[in-house]
Amino acid sequence: MSKFEFPPSILSRPIWGTLEPRPGKHHLMIADAEGAEAILDVATAEIMAQCHIIFIAKGTGFSEKLSQLNPAQFYEGPSYEAALPRIHRVLLDGHMGLQVYLAGTEGLMGQAMAEAMRAGIPHTAIQTEHRGSTARRMQCVHCKGITEDVETDPFVCKHCGLNLFVRDHYSRRIAAYQGVCVDAEDHGNIPPAKGIYQ
Amino acid sequence: MTIQFNDESFRDDYSFHNSERALKRFPFPFHEDSYMYSVNMEQHRGGPADSVYEMRFDVDEHYVSEMKDRAIVLDQDPLRCQSLPHMTLAGWDLLELIMVSKSEDYPDLFELHREGDQWRWINKPLGIDDSFTFLDETTLPYGPMEYITRQAQGDFAVLDQRDDMLWMDAGMVTTQADWSLDFDIGMNFFEWHAPVPKAHEMGIFVRALKFLLNIQQGAPARRLNWTMTVNPLLDTSPENYHKWGIQKTTLTPENIGRKQHLRVELQTFFRLPRSNALVFPIRCYLCAFEDLMTVPKWGRRLHRVIRDLPEELATYKGFIDNRPLMLDYLSQFDDGLPTSPGIWPDLQSEPPLQK
Ligand code: HEM
Repeated sequence: MSKFEFPPSILSRPIWGTLEPRPGKHHLMIADAEGAEAILDVATAEIMAQCHIIFIAKGTGFSEKLSQLNPAQFYEGPSYEAALPRIHRVLLDGHMGLQVYLAGTEGLMGQAMAEAMRAGIPHTAIQTEHRGSTARRMQCVHCKGITEDVETDPFVCKHCGLNLFVRDHYSRRIAAYQGVCVDAEDHGNIPPAKGIYQ
Repeated sequence: MTIQFNDESFRDDYSFHNSERALKRFPFPFHEDSYMYSVNMEQHRGGPADSVYEMRFDVDEHYVSEMKDRAIVLDQDPLRCQSLPHMTLAGWDLLELIMVSKSEDYPDLFELHREGDQWRWINKPLGIDDSFTFLDETTLPYGPMEYITRQAQGDFAVLDQRDDMLWMDAGMVTTQADWSLDFDIGMNFFEWHAPVPKAHEMGIFVRALKFLLNIQQGAPARRLNWTMTVNPLLDTSPENYHKWGIQKTTLTPENIGRKQHLRVELQTFFRLPRSNALVFPIRCYLCAFEDLMTVPKWGRRLHRVIRDLPEELATYKGFIDNRPLMLDYLSQFDDGLPTSPGIWPDLQSEPPLQK
């Protein structure tokens, strides 16, 4: 199954929930990859009649199943960045009564959550559910560059090339965990990379 | 007493030094021979003459050089000073608080002349004489928070208070103990404290927040916090950790007295009048081990505290690898005699080292 139990962690780390159908005038669902399964689980005909689904497939085959839910609007984007202008536009209309559902990777949920908060959607109207990859969106504390989909600890910053260790400290504003130089006190001594939850 | 400002550096050749006077007024943070986190807060209503508690914003011999160091950090990384859009009024509140306090507490160094909203600010040590319109940002060279905190020692976090919570929504942070304003800005009290070990489980942050939410205007509070820094480096930021981290490995039995510094933060809390924000100045004082050891009480006590400090705290504070070296050095200054209670040096009453 694509559900993962995250180990207990520090208080800045977000805790993801389980989507449930909620009454609302409009529904916005944003998901990537296996996040589609959470949408499939929560969809009702009533919700779909007022629903806009924004989906980033990341090579998975869920698009057809999602469109068969017959949402009022269905959009499949090639990447989160490509979908972002559309997300902005939809959130502009997100007045009272909009329910937001986010599902999939932490990177997608974190970024979409930050957009929704910036657009003034109350956090009580935003639900999340983690599915699929446990890769993290990491910010390098040194160069500030973001490396997406980080699966190992340590990893190499895509921007400045430093070897960074993966912290649990998380910024909602940046929608990323913090990466910090792993060999600052012993230059060149890079521990072997292992899975973040290994 | 007039202040003789040092010409000194906190980087490269590290010419920073404490005078005899600075050493005597150093805020030694341990009131007993052991240390554990606690809700160690008290009213900030002055203190003994010439102590760091005496004035609302302490100005000392390092003032001018610290402000130069801050300017260097900001040139290299402007993200060290940030203010979310709704925090501008709090910035003006802070500017007023600092200007009024400093001009009243140090009239020979600072002057504030106000006629309605037309203000003139004179900062003699830094050679500044600026006239501006209060609450009009266009009349200052920087935003109000940045303008005044480029002229005030220590870091500043400005906290918005809403929903019974504090939010770190603005700050000037260039002398921090390894945390990032750029990363933490926008977080709430529990989120930015998330990396601290033990204290959450001990209920410290829940009680501390309750205390802070109730701080009233005109009734500031204070506490001390501490860590360790190799070389008198003010900017121990995570941003630059890949550059300064290696310095931690340069300690030897020969140089530790000179290089290893106890780093103490005098943290104060003031309610701001118009914005109802809370400002949290974090003033950093550094002192080399060899200077601290000239005070017999501090020598005895520092050895005992560092020896018995729980491993999690030594790890979090970043000196677990250097602790054995520190203890070898510090134990020379501990003769096992009892120590007097409280943080003060008690030079007259405490016996000299008996070995
Ligand atoms: C509202 C003002 C405050 C701000 C802005 C603030 C900020 C911070 C920050 C940024 C850290 C570093 C966390 C990290 O590792 O990333 C920290 C550490 C800490 N804070 Fe606060 N803090 C505040 C008030 C308090 C209060 C009132 C207490 C009272 C008990 C407290 C206790 C601590 C402790 C125990 C640590 C760990 C320090 C160490 O071991 O060196 N803080 N604080």
